[in-house]
Amino acid sequence: MNKTVNQKAWFLILPVLLLVGFSAVVPLMTVVNYSVQDTFGNNVFFPAGLDWFRTNLQSDRMWDSLQRQLIFSAIILLIQIPLGILIALNMPKRGFWASVCLVLMSLPLLIPWNVVGTIWQIFGRADIGLLGYTLSEMGIDYNYTQDWVDAWITLVVMDVWHWTSLVALLAYAGLQSIPDAYYQAAKIDQASRWKVFRYIELPKMQGVLMIAILLRFMDSFMIYTEPFVVTGGGPGSSTNFLSIDLVNMALNQMDLGPAASYSIMYYLVILLISYVFYTIMVNLDKRDGV
Amino acid sequence: MAKITLSNLAHSYFPNPSGDEDYALKELNHDWVDGEAYALLGASGCGKSTLLNIISGLLVPSRGRILFDDKDVTEAPTAERNIAQVFQFPVVYDTMTVRDNLAFPLRNRGADATYVQQRVQEIARMIGMEEQLNRKARGLTADAKQKISLGRGMVREDVNALLFDEPLTVIDPHMKWELRTQLKALHHEFGHTMIYVTHDQTEALTFADKVVVMYDGRVVQMGTAQELFEQPEHTFVGYFIGSPGMNVLDASVDGTTAIVAGRDVPLGKPYAKLAGKVELGVRPEFVQLTSDEGGIPAKIRRVEDVGRHKIVRLDMSGQSVDAIIAEAEPVPSGSTFVSFDQAGINIYAEDWRVDPIRESAA
Repeated sequence: MNKTVNQKAWFLILPVLLLVGFSAVVPLMTVVNYSVQDTFGNNVFFPAGLDWFRTNLQSDRMWDSLQRQLIFSAIILLIQIPLGILIALNMPKRGFWASVCLVLMSLPLLIPWNVVGTIWQIFGRADIGLLGYTLSEMGIDYNYTQDWVDAWITLVVMDVWHWTSLVALLAYAGLQSIPDAYYQAAKIDQASRWKVFRYIELPKMQGVLMIAILLRFMDSFMIYTEPFVVTGGGPGSSTNFLSIDLVNMALNQMDLGPAASYSIMYYLVILLISYVFYTIMVNLDKRDGV
Repeated sequence: MAKITLSNLAHSYFPNPSGDEDYALKELNHDWVDGEAYALLGASGCGKSTLLNIISGLLVPSRGRILFDDKDVTEAPTAERNIAQVFQFPVVYDTMTVRDNLAFPLRNRGADATYVQQRVQEIARMIGMEEQLNRKARGLTADAKQKISLGRGMVREDVNALLFDEPLTVIDPHMKWELRTQLKALHHEFGHTMIYVTHDQTEALTFADKVVVMYDGRVVQMGTAQELFEQPEHTFVGYFIGSPGMNVLDASVDGTTAIVAGRDVPLGKPYAKLAGKVELGVRPEFVQLTSDEGGIPAKIRRVEDVGRHKIVRLDMSGQSVDAIIAEAEPVPSGSTFVSFDQAGINIYAEDWRVDPIRESAA
């Protein structure tokens, strides 16, 4: 097909440029602006260069939060991805019960974040919460406000409860798209259940699983509301994840400059890791293995 | 390798079939002789694939039994039956190399590594994929993938039967010819029982020793290409096989003559008195155009020149008739007369072919 060259056509993308400009670029630039300036109030700013970045990079506070955040995301992915696949494999393929499963599975996904946080905050309390009370009656010392291990377990279990469904539903969609002929061929080839999973189901789920991993990574890496409601970052700073730490810095301490540079680095880390995931995903699709 | 016997076999996809029409496969008794190549021919939805899946054990029939060499395998799972099956759309294991794909059925049965190696090489040569053995199956063309599927079906030497479910649907026409030839060569070489499902008559007739024609869940005829052509047992066989199909005309039959469109047609052999729906079937190859007024008057609607011969579409007082005439023969314009070659006439009552009364008995 011959494409005609018409440079005036650039004007057609102006509306989109404006829209993106106001929705993304301008707010982002405000943050960039803060990150390189300092102020003593009265709306008077003076340039600070890259000082805030240097300060943040030298403080243990950010590195500790980043480390906690990475560990949290890793645990979440390690539990939710295999568990989601396992659930999808065991869901009925069609009929009445398939619909029932789908509805039940999507229920947690429909609950707002702070409601999930509140549910688990109360659920885990030793005095009135069903879980907390039951555990303490059983003689198990469980207190998420005092013990950092209990706090972590609570947050991980809560996130697994909230989001494993997403992975399961995506994996289920991937499984449903496999034609029956593959299973029949596997029977005829006398493939074991493991080989059916390894050579048919897993490769066919690859695309949706990459999306699931990407979504779950990004969401868990940016998690804020639930830990804020349940533990508020505590006990101590043991569940002080990046978002919580950032909000503390920006709103509680009103350290706008450091918080802005913190935000930019946070954003760049997410961008970097998502880019790595994306690159892997695209290469897996292209891979011919000549 | 085995003889496969179907005994009173019937299948319905409904849990409680009531009438005949609930059955996807109507009651069937049949022997598939060991080492023969069969084609299962019929229109879409006539029960071909159902029958195939029952034989391979992917489906348990509602009624009846299926025997391999007189051993009842009706309830036996696919794995025990030692069957190979190739499906309509290519099934390959994307993440494996071509070599691993071909070796898969052998390795799953714990075959010896050197044997697997040698056997895979042999099959790869047969399907013409020796060069690609070490590449991943992902990203190959549909042709190549289907060749791998065929290869995986053939890699085991000890299979009881090889089943093909319209395996060449996705293949390019010129490759179809090549693959079919390879399959035939394979059949000659190893003598497996082969059952080949298709809705393409050319494929069926060129591949198989015996063609089994199915219609509406029933086997209507089994025979060689010649038998199906000369003596279709059912009007469906008549118009399904042949290009164009057999002309089936309303008729009434009395002794040695039939009356078609108000004119007498000599049959050359006597028939008993027939009641109900009586039809005369004659293939276009046996219809001649004549200027003799003793024939049946007909109008020419269209002439199709296919190169080797001409197909003349006629209208005979409301019924359409096709005739095939030689390329050189002139076609009269407008009205003409047609006559039928007696050797090519079959008589049908309620769609089933009626044998003439034997002369000696008369």
